[in-house]
Amino acid sequence: MAVSFDSAFRDPELCRTLIRRLERALQGRKMRFMEVCGTHTVAIFQSGLRSMLPDSVTHLSGPGCPVCVTHDAEIAAFMKLAGRDHVVLATFGDLLRVPGPKGRCLKHARAEGARIEIVYSPLDALALARDNPSDVIVFLGIGFETTAPTVAATLLAARQQKINNFCVFSLHKLVPPVLRTLLDDKATDINAFLLPGHVSTILGMRPYSFLAEEYGVPGVIGGFEPVDILLALCTMAEQLRDGRAEIVNAYPRAVSDDGNPRACELLEQVFVKADALWRGLGRIPGSGYALNPEYADMDARVRLGIQLEDVAPIPGCRCGDVLKGAISPKQCPLFGKKCTPALPVGPCMVSTEGSCAAWFKYTEH
Amino acid sequence: MMAEDAILLLDAGSGGMASQRLIAQCFVRNFSNPLLDTLDDAALLKDLHAPLAMSTDSYTVTPLFFPGGSIGTLAVHGTVNDVSMLGARPRYLTCAFILEEGLSLSVLERIAADMGNAARAADVQIVTGDTKVVPRGCCDKVFINTTGVGEVIVDPAPSGHSAASGDAVLISGFVGDHGLTVMNSREGLSFLADTASDSAPLNGMVESILSACPDVHVLRDPTRGGLATTLNEIAQQSNVGIYLDESAIPIRESVKNGCSFLGLDPLYLANEGKCICIVPEEQADAALTAMRNTPYGKDAARIGSVRAEKAGRVILKTPIGGERLLTMLEGAQLPRIC
Repeated sequence: MAVSFDSAFRDPELCRTLIRRLERALQGRKMRFMEVCGTHTVAIFQSGLRSMLPDSVTHLSGPGCPVCVTHDAEIAAFMKLAGRDHVVLATFGDLLRVPGPKGRCLKHARAEGARIEIVYSPLDALALARDNPSDVIVFLGIGFETTAPTVAATLLAARQQKINNFCVFSLHKLVPPVLRTLLDDKATDINAFLLPGHVSTILGMRPYSFLAEEYGVPGVIGGFEPVDILLALCTMAEQLRDGRAEIVNAYPRAVSDDGNPRACELLEQVFVKADALWRGLGRIPGSGYALNPEYADMDARVRLGIQLEDVAPIPGCRCGDVLKGAISPKQCPLFGKKCTPALPVGPCMVSTEGSCAAWFKYTEH
Repeated sequence: MMAEDAILLLDAGSGGMASQRLIAQCFVRNFSNPLLDTLDDAALLKDLHAPLAMSTDSYTVTPLFFPGGSIGTLAVHGTVNDVSMLGARPRYLTCAFILEEGLSLSVLERIAADMGNAARAADVQIVTGDTKVVPRGCCDKVFINTTGVGEVIVDPAPSGHSAASGDAVLISGFVGDHGLTVMNSREGLSFLADTASDSAPLNGMVESILSACPDVHVLRDPTRGGLATTLNEIAQQSNVGIYLDESAIPIRESVKNGCSFLGLDPLYLANEGKCICIVPEEQADAALTAMRNTPYGKDAARIGSVRAEKAGRVILKTPIGGERLLTMLEGAQLPRIC
């Protein structure tokens, strides 16, 4: 790996120049932008950028952390799977701590004997299936367009290798539909979007065009280093100054304007778009990936008869309003009191890339 | 020596002949010293002078061997370093093994050899021990506990409670190497091929620091939880604010890049051969020179200062000129999902 992530894209002088450019573009105007992706949220805090942004700039942390957007009914469903005979859940580590019904999480289930394995890739889950032929390995498929192609590739590999005891509980969600839902919601006030760099490597620019064309809201695809983020903010502030709304790719070293066609083909082959439940936002049409019926044998919903059941929302938790950018994490009455990273009430406090966890980690409270 | 393919049987923990053979062939042979070789129920220590520092730690790690070290080197270095951080000269170690039935004896031999070599290099003796063998599945291959005792050579002993406003904060070298290396070895992340653990004994360096700078306020080794967690503990114990300059913190390019890729923060990754040293400002240069003149302190750096304001907190000045809190983590760091 020869690229130094530390040099040009973290250059202090360049950052100062870009901040001056941002101030000039703003001309004192207020700008409320939403960073859709949790990695951007963390980058803004971790780099110290937040302490340097002009006061008139407000950043809202959007619904871009896969753990945060997981719906109560989905959590209840995988909690119910845990502990079933001959079922091994394979999951990314973050999901272990997400509180489900009665505050129980997968960690509790594991302590009581449920078989749950942390994996770093769906291919690890497939290896588990190969090594444990008498069990059914259920991979909890969370994540957005970035993560879904590797899951799709794993399903194809399972079929090719004739591994019959592997299945996926697909909870994947899609970014563009939720942005539309946010803009349709009267409670939100978003001037521009910092579009997610990772998701955009797959999607490219076109799926976001409705933001500019239908809603007149600029969207800028940005990278994750301070210079990347500042450049994206300048680009959106200049559009607002000029009364323009465009989708701009300000991360061309990683994102091709057309995305990754091979990955998109994989997604189309294995998944079909379906309605999905989002925490705090409810059912959004066409905003999730279900398995294509051709892969029903590897669809945990079909194979294990999983139904999403209505569950009572967590009392007092305002994760939904946080995800919409309607309130900042600190405005939730539970933040830092009943809800902390040690004892999270809502999922936004669980993942390191969750809005509430990031605010808890990096700001005074 | 044992056959390459030999495995550990439950008998080896029975206390009978099989136990004796294991102890003699594996442990005594690798750790041999007059106190241990008597094989009495306890070691008779006649030459220790109070005040004494004592510390204990249990070691579990997967995989057992990784670039730069093993569970064996950790079991010696970890306890040697904990004793040293009290301004003490570590002298003796105990060690207790919990071994899983079916463990390869050649693996155990390699671990014992690593421990023996590490103890000799650190100039400490393993003087008593214990071995238990548990049925397969009841532990993960090898658990090791070591307890260390050493003589405190400064008064007052350094303590996490002693950081004072105006002090300088030093670190003895690159941070994050061990944590990323173990994760890399465990998960087979091939792009991190050039990382290695920093597992090392720090007692020699601590003695050098103490002779150059007897007023050292705090010595701590930032193991689990990394530099960030340990500095937060010190800030809380001493009720001071610790101000760090992120650009000054030594982090290898390979570790930075690996962390950037995985969404990890090197400041929270474990170190097994690093020491935080907090000293009065006027002695900072002397302490830094003393560190740099030792084999494990060549890359020592001054990374920040202690102030009265923001008591209990660690404040990080970032390379681009911003400022943020550096807080403690709730649990282990996990790589990002997307």
